[in-house]
Amino acid sequence: MPNTPHTPHITRRELLRSAVLIPAAGALAACATPAQAPATSAPAAAATSAANPFGVAADKPLEIWIFDGGFGQAYAKDIHQPLFATKYPKAQIKHNATKEITKVLQPRFAGGNPPDVIDNSGANFMDFGALAQDGQLQDLTPLLDAPTWDDPAMKVRDSIDPAVIEIGTYDGKFSVLGYVNYIYGIWYSKKAFDENGWAAPKTWDEFTALCETIKKSGKMAPFTYAGKFPQYLYEALLTMAAKIGGNEVLVNIDNLEDGAWTTEAMKESATRWAEVGAKYLMQGTAGLDHVQTQTAQNKYEVAMLPSGSWLENEQKDTTPADFAYQMFVVPDVTSSDKMPYGTLHTQPGENFIVPSKGANPQGGMEYLRAMLSKKAAGDFSELVRTVTVVKGAGEGRELSSGVKSASDAVAAAGANTVYFRWERWYAQLKDEAIAATGQLMSGGLTPDKYLERIQKKADELKNDSAIKKYKR
Amino acid sequence: MLRRRLFITSFLAAPVTLYLIYVIAPYVQAFYISMTDWRGVSAAPRFIGLENFQRLFSDGIFWKAVSHNALLLVLLPLITIVLSLFFAFLLNVGGKGVSGVRGSKFYRVVFFFPQVLAVAVVAVLFQQVFRPDDSGMLNGPLMALGLPSVGFLSDPSVAFWSVLGVMVWQAVGFYVVLFSAGLASIPGDMFEAAQIDGAGRFSLFFRITLPLLWDTVQVAWVYLGILALDVFAIVWVMTDQHGGPDFSTTVMAAEIYRNAFQYFRFGYASALGVIMFFFTIGFAILALRLSRRERIEY
Repeated sequence: MPNTPHTPHITRRELLRSAVLIPAAGALAACATPAQAPATSAPAAAATSAANPFGVAADKPLEIWIFDGGFGQAYAKDIHQPLFATKYPKAQIKHNATKEITKVLQPRFAGGNPPDVIDNSGANFMDFGALAQDGQLQDLTPLLDAPTWDDPAMKVRDSIDPAVIEIGTYDGKFSVLGYVNYIYGIWYSKKAFDENGWAAPKTWDEFTALCETIKKSGKMAPFTYAGKFPQYLYEALLTMAAKIGGNEVLVNIDNLEDGAWTTEAMKESATRWAEVGAKYLMQGTAGLDHVQTQTAQNKYEVAMLPSGSWLENEQKDTTPADFAYQMFVVPDVTSSDKMPYGTLHTQPGENFIVPSKGANPQGGMEYLRAMLSKKAAGDFSELVRTVTVVKGAGEGRELSSGVKSASDAVAAAGANTVYFRWERWYAQLKDEAIAATGQLMSGGLTPDKYLERIQKKADELKNDSAIKKYKR
Repeated sequence: MLRRRLFITSFLAAPVTLYLIYVIAPYVQAFYISMTDWRGVSAAPRFIGLENFQRLFSDGIFWKAVSHNALLLVLLPLITIVLSLFFAFLLNVGGKGVSGVRGSKFYRVVFFFPQVLAVAVVAVLFQQVFRPDDSGMLNGPLMALGLPSVGFLSDPSVAFWSVLGVMVWQAVGFYVVLFSAGLASIPGDMFEAAQIDGAGRFSLFFRITLPLLWDTVQVAWVYLGILALDVFAIVWVMTDQHGGPDFSTTVMAAEIYRNAFQYFRFGYASALGVIMFFFTIGFAILALRLSRRERIEY
């Protein structure tokens, strides 16, 4: 269950914890008050060299916090840290893991003693905008320009997916390292499709015809999504809008341009999905979460659902052995779609940061450099069945059916990939879009009203001087 | 005299100090933070005066939350008190003579049971009860009968009432016990005398039970009112999107949490907290004023 900010998989236990930890509202803010910034003693940096590009002090301890979600924490302890230790055996590594990044680490930022490396993921990740706005993020540009861990002739910059750099850049500084490549699509069981003679649709007409066939067959419901978390659906909706109207649809939305949500492409896409909501959803979809709907799919109660490439790993305990996950990309909608068939949404996730005010930011960057080595990334991929952002790290490794399908889709898409960042920049806009999308799919909002509503929130944010704005 | 004062002061010093540090100081800090644009990570927030409060009053979701709290403030005490009075009456004097209905001891335990469960447990439990597919305790039978499933938590026009229902379910048991205790202190001969005079159950309840229990009812009303104002966990844990769907169940405390820990707007969240502080104080003062009334001695 990789908790990307995009898909807040919230386990029952996490919820319980958050409920139990908040006894009194009044004391809430007070328990995390700003402290006086301690006088920061400039860390005595060792000399830099090709082998030690950041000047890491060999015996300086390194404190690491891992988000303990669907990927667990074993990868950090068993893969990344031993690798780091081969080079710095004297540096003591303090490994920590939590499901609640914010609760544990927010007070430490406010107190001026953050740790050195953080996997800032999960449902309760720390807001990147707030951290960037306050200068808490180490500029990782030196990391990009450093030689890779394996090959002194190659720069880290050239060894990773360029989208990582684009997406991890705040205010012109590369400060967030997405480690895993999430690939989004609509997922189905190859077995179920083969047995029933169904084929993955390439156009919207084929898609609705397939939904109709499945519905009539009575064998299972055609479509579902994580109804409690409608962001799973707006992901497909936005990708489709970008396909219809071109990438600038998403760029304008990210940049809070006037009327960015209410464009024709968005209307077309919202209308199509509202039709799915009205006709083809599995009963009760609106009240089910991601695991419940995914489990329904594993039980062959529903044919298709939108999700990301973490799905297979997340469901590994409930999926029948011969289920054979596959994904297809958002279908062609009109004959004049601006982006070709194959266009898909892929975006780096599982975000690592190095706090600028930590005790050992050099060590932190070096740790990230170790993580980005081919060996570390390849071992990671194999352990948690997923694709990292390190180019070629999956080569020669055995891929499972779903991961292979997703990787193939990326290869087929070539340069036709899209992404969006507004939901990470503006958490309030995200919540509004989530609420409104749920309403769109259950018929509570017409496509027009749906887009107007989100547009209104976007305008509100645009005019709110307390919220920092970002551009891409 | 001086010695006595010293004696009292020495005993009070420790608790008062603790109270100042752990209760008053955080409140004062919250007041200060509410006037900054603090985002939770900086060591030096910027002072912005009352801007947060201005923003708050034009925030639609804030008003939604307030209206939900207000609705709870009226309905939760009303429904809970009516139900628990009714049950307490049945359990204590509803049977033949001055005694409870048959099996009243058993019912008493059953009623109290929800009170024993932690709020978070109740919330998770009811998530399952309200499940929209055929595994739901309520929707399962409905769907077996061929009826459409009800979105108890997923339909914005129903979700709030589901939350209210769960809160009542959890609260009733405690007040049944409270009212039973109140009833037990009313001399039994009053009921007997009334019965001899020909009073039915109806007049027993309205002429004797209710007036003599009035003090207890007022206490219950104040408690339930405060419960309605600071409800948080049940909404946060049980409802979709923490106060959803579509903000249809959100309450002030949930908005404080959301703004602080999801939007990282600690200043704004503190402003919400300050508003809530005044709501609660206001309610408490009002409740104490209204409950000033002559006691009936018996």
